[in-house]
Amino acid sequence: MIHFVLHDTRDTVAVVVVEGVTAGTDMTGWIMDEDKTIQVQARQDIPIGHKVALKDMGIGDTVIKYGIDMGKVVAPITIGQHAHVHNIKTKRW
Amino acid sequence: MSVIDQNTTFLGYRRENGRVGIRNHVIILPLDDLSNAAAEAVAHNIKGAMAIPHPYGRLQFGADLELHFRTLIGAGCNPNVAAVVVIGIEDGWTQKVVEGIKSTGKPVIGFGIELHGDHDTILRASKVAKDYVQWASELQREVCPISELWVSTKCGESDTTSGCGANPTVGNAFDKLHPLGNYLCFGETTELTGGEHIVSARCANDDVRKKFQFMFDRYQDVINRHKTSDLSDSQPTKGNIAGGLTTIEEKALGNIQKIGKLCTVDGVIDKAEIPTHPGLWFMDSSSAAAEMVTLCAASGYVAHFFPTGQGNVIGNAILPVIKICANPRTVRTMSEHIDVDTTGLLQREITLDEAGDKLLDCMLRTANGRLTAAEALGHREFVLTRLYESA
Repeated sequence: MIHFVLHDTRDTVAVVVVEGVTAGTDMTGWIMDEDKTIQVQARQDIPIGHKVALKDMGIGDTVIKYGIDMGKVVAPITIGQHAHVHNIKTKRW
Repeated sequence: MSVIDQNTTFLGYRRENGRVGIRNHVIILPLDDLSNAAAEAVAHNIKGAMAIPHPYGRLQFGADLELHFRTLIGAGCNPNVAAVVVIGIEDGWTQKVVEGIKSTGKPVIGFGIELHGDHDTILRASKVAKDYVQWASELQREVCPISELWVSTKCGESDTTSGCGANPTVGNAFDKLHPLGNYLCFGETTELTGGEHIVSARCANDDVRKKFQFMFDRYQDVINRHKTSDLSDSQPTKGNIAGGLTTIEEKALGNIQKIGKLCTVDGVIDKAEIPTHPGLWFMDSSSAAAEMVTLCAASGYVAHFFPTGQGNVIGNAILPVIKICANPRTVRTMSEHIDVDTTGLLQREITLDEAGDKLLDCMLRTANGRLTAAEALGHREFVLTRLYESA
C-alpha cells in the first residue's frame, strides 16, 4: 500500500493519500517522478490529503514540493510530523 | 497507444459559421438582472428552451461593460448553442447583444420589455422560442475531426490529490490533444502565483511570454491594491486548506500540472476573448470556478475538464463540465459528481498515461452526447465576472 506520495527526491514534504494514518503508522511513500519507494513513520495523526514532513526543518527554512519552493517554515517541524498551516506560511502577498 | 489520434472523430453539431458544438441548446438570454423573470417564464413555457439568469447588466461602464457584452455575446455565439432569444429591459443594449450573436449566422432575436411589460414580452418571446426549439430539434449530429473540439480546463476545491492525480491527468490529455491541433485553454491568473516562472518558461515565444507576464502582473496589482492580509484566508480557500493545501505556491504548483509536460503556451487572451489559432491559450481570469468556466464558454470552448479534490459540484449552462477526481474519500462520499475516477493513480494501480486516456475516452463520450454528472444533476452555473462598481 502507498501511504504517501511525493513528486521529486528533493521534496521535504509529501502528501498522505490514504485515510486513517495515526501516530506510529509505518508508511510507504512513492516518489512519483522516479518510481521509487521510501519509508517514514508518522509521528502524528495525519488526515488524507495533508502533508507529512520528510526531514527536520527549522524556522525560516524553505519547504520544497514538486522540487520547488512552496513556502517557509514558521514553527519547527520534525520528520514524520503533520506539515500544514500551523508550521508553514506563504512567502508571497 | 493513446485512445486518440488525428483520425479520431466525434459526432457534433456544425453551426452556420463552421464551428462545432456538442450540445444543441436554445437559450433565453437576459441582458440584465431585470429581465431574468421574463426569460425564466419563457423557458418555463417552452420545453427544451433554457433560461440563463444572472445578476448584472445595469449601469456598468468602460472595460467592465465591454466584458459584460463580450461574455453575453460569446455565450450566445458558443457552438453548443443552436439559437438565442435575448430579453432586455430596453432595446438599445438588447440589440447590441443580438447583433453580436448574429455574426455567427445562427437564429437570434431580441425583445425589449419597456413599452410592452413582462406579459406581452413573454408571449412574443415564447412564440419565437417554440419555433427555435422545434427547428433545433431536427438538427443532426455529423462526423467531425477531433481537432474541432475546443477544450478548456480549470480546477476547483483543489487539495493535494489534485496536484498529484487529477491535474496531471488533465495535463496528460492536453499533451495528447495539443499536437492534433485542438484549441485548448487554461487561466486562473492568481493561482499561478509561485509557479508563474514555470508558465513563462513554457510560452512558445517572447511575444506570448510578454503578454502572459503583463496579465500576471496586472492581476497581482489588483490583489495588492485590495488585500487586507496575505490572502491566506481566501487563496488557498478554506476548502483547499481542509484538503491539506497550505500555501498559494503549493496550490499554484499543483494547478500548473494541468498544462502537462509538453504543451507550449501558444497565445494569451483577455477575459472572454476568442482565440485566433489552434494551441494552448492562457486566459487572464478569476480563479473562482463558475466565473472562469463561464468565461471559457464565452471564449467559444465546448468541453471543459474540471479536476477537483474536495469535491466542487460546479456545472455550466452551456459548457459541459467533466469532473476528474483522485481523492478516494471524495469519490466515495460524492460519487454522483465525479465523471472520471483517477484514484488508482495514487496507489500505482494505473499509469498517468492510462489516466489521461480514461479522461479522453470520457471526453469523446461527452462530445458524442453523453450527459456529464453536472448536467444530469442540473448544474447550470452562469456567473459573470465584474471588474469594478457600477456607475
